Amino acid sequence: MQYQPLWLTLQLALITTGCLLVIGIPIAAWLAQSKFKLKPAVEAIISLPLVLPPSVLGFYLLLAFSPANGFGKFLNDVFGMRLVFSFTGLVISSIIYSLPFMVHPVQSGLEALPGSLREASQTLGKSSWQTFIHVLLPNIRPALFTGLVLSFAHTLGEFGLVLMIGGNIPGVTKVASIAIYDEVESLNFKAAHVYAGILLALSFCILVAVYIVNKHLTRSRLTS
Amino acid sequence: MIRINISKKLHLPQGNNELRIDTEIYDRSFTALYGPSGAGKTSLLRIIAGLLKPERGIIEVNGQTWLNTDKKIDLPPQKRNIGFVFQDYALFPNMTVEENLRYALPPQQAPTRVQELITTMNLQAWTNLKPEMLSGGQKQRVALARALVREPAVLLLDEPLSALDDDTRLQLQQELLKIHQQYNLTTLLVSHHLPEVFKLANHVIKIEQGQLQQSGTAAQVFGWQSQADGIHLTGEVVNVETDAVKVLVQQSLITIKHSAQTIHLKVGDKVTLHATDLLLHKLS
Repeated sequence: MQYQPLWLTLQLALITTGCLLVIGIPIAAWLAQSKFKLKPAVEAIISLPLVLPPSVLGFYLLLAFSPANGFGKFLNDVFGMRLVFSFTGLVISSIIYSLPFMVHPVQSGLEALPGSLREASQTLGKSSWQTFIHVLLPNIRPALFTGLVLSFAHTLGEFGLVLMIGGNIPGVTKVASIAIYDEVESLNFKAAHVYAGILLALSFCILVAVYIVNKHLTRSRLTS
Repeated sequence: MIRINISKKLHLPQGNNELRIDTEIYDRSFTALYGPSGAGKTSLLRIIAGLLKPERGIIEVNGQTWLNTDKKIDLPPQKRNIGFVFQDYALFPNMTVEENLRYALPPQQAPTRVQELITTMNLQAWTNLKPEMLSGGQKQRVALARALVREPAVLLLDEPLSALDDDTRLQLQQELLKIHQQYNLTTLLVSHHLPEVFKLANHVIKIEQGQLQQSGTAAQVFGWQSQADGIHLTGEVVNVETDAVKVLVQQSLITIKHSAQTIHLKVGDKVTLHATDLLLHKLS
């Protein structure tokens, strides 16, 4: 029984969530106000990981990252970077995999805000950026929190995608969900129990936290 | 002086689907945009604020061009020197009353402006409260104060008192008049509340189905000459009986016997009452 897979899982989930915060909020903000004709197509692409089997996504990413093909070859030749079977590769695929879990709540939160808040800020002479930072974002705190926590929890639970892209390299790509599979395959049920129990408890606590915090935030918005 | 000549395609509820307005608003006037719901009043206000883009038109305020579609000039709302009060108040829920006002403060403006407006609008007791803690009337006063922080030349009010009870409405009408005079504002008020228009506005623009019907003083627009003697009341028909109609004026109910003029009235109609030869009795 090693704790490294758990530690690796936490690292992957934290880094992925951090990157999603930076990438997801601008995408959600753009989707919330855009009247772009192809917006449904963009929304569909972002939502694909919700419905696709992770192995399908993993298969295409594997092809894309492979040094034998265009994008992977470019990365390999120009930057000497290999994404297949690497931690960086895992982070990038996790970002794509969990993107809808960040974008959807934030986009819904922004769309639910009354348009007059944005307009009032404009008529007070404030730029779109000032309006976004000081008025819009602070008023969708429950949605932001939901996005962050769901992205984190979803990354914890990855299996198929990690297996396709990362394989099972201890200390590099062997995360907890892979470790469980590995231990069961070698009939080491005790270790599998520990990993599975920790993941179960962690996921449960995270979800309870989401519901408690959101209930509190919603109530304070209504009554405070 | 505000010169407006705009046209904008709109989905109006009845027939005509174009808002086409060509008018002038006098400097420092209190102008009411009056008309039924869906006439295009709010759209006109939003076009002046720059929140809605007309297909074609010109807006000039005190010689400065805010909009000229031929010359491709279209100042964003931020660059138009306006204060806008929204029907739903649009106070920022994440900020306290004072923070709402402070947010509106331009970098070059002295922070004393915020304190001054807090005093003028009597907001001292609530400065540290979030908007959710306030009643409708209190929210509206904060929204008014916030709109004035930038020292706007033009104050735009979108049915600001429509959601308030009668007492609060009357009180806020007084305050609107006060700040209109105190800050030398040109004020535009969207309203379909006739008594309010009479009380506040010295200039009325009547809009119906996207078209300007009439403009002038309230007496001119609503069709009666000012008389030296007698009273004018405005009210709403609340009941039509076989021999009389009941009209609600402010909070008083007035019963009027049917005549040729009253026979077509129905509940909800806005009416004006005039009376001369009044008898006054001193109460002993």
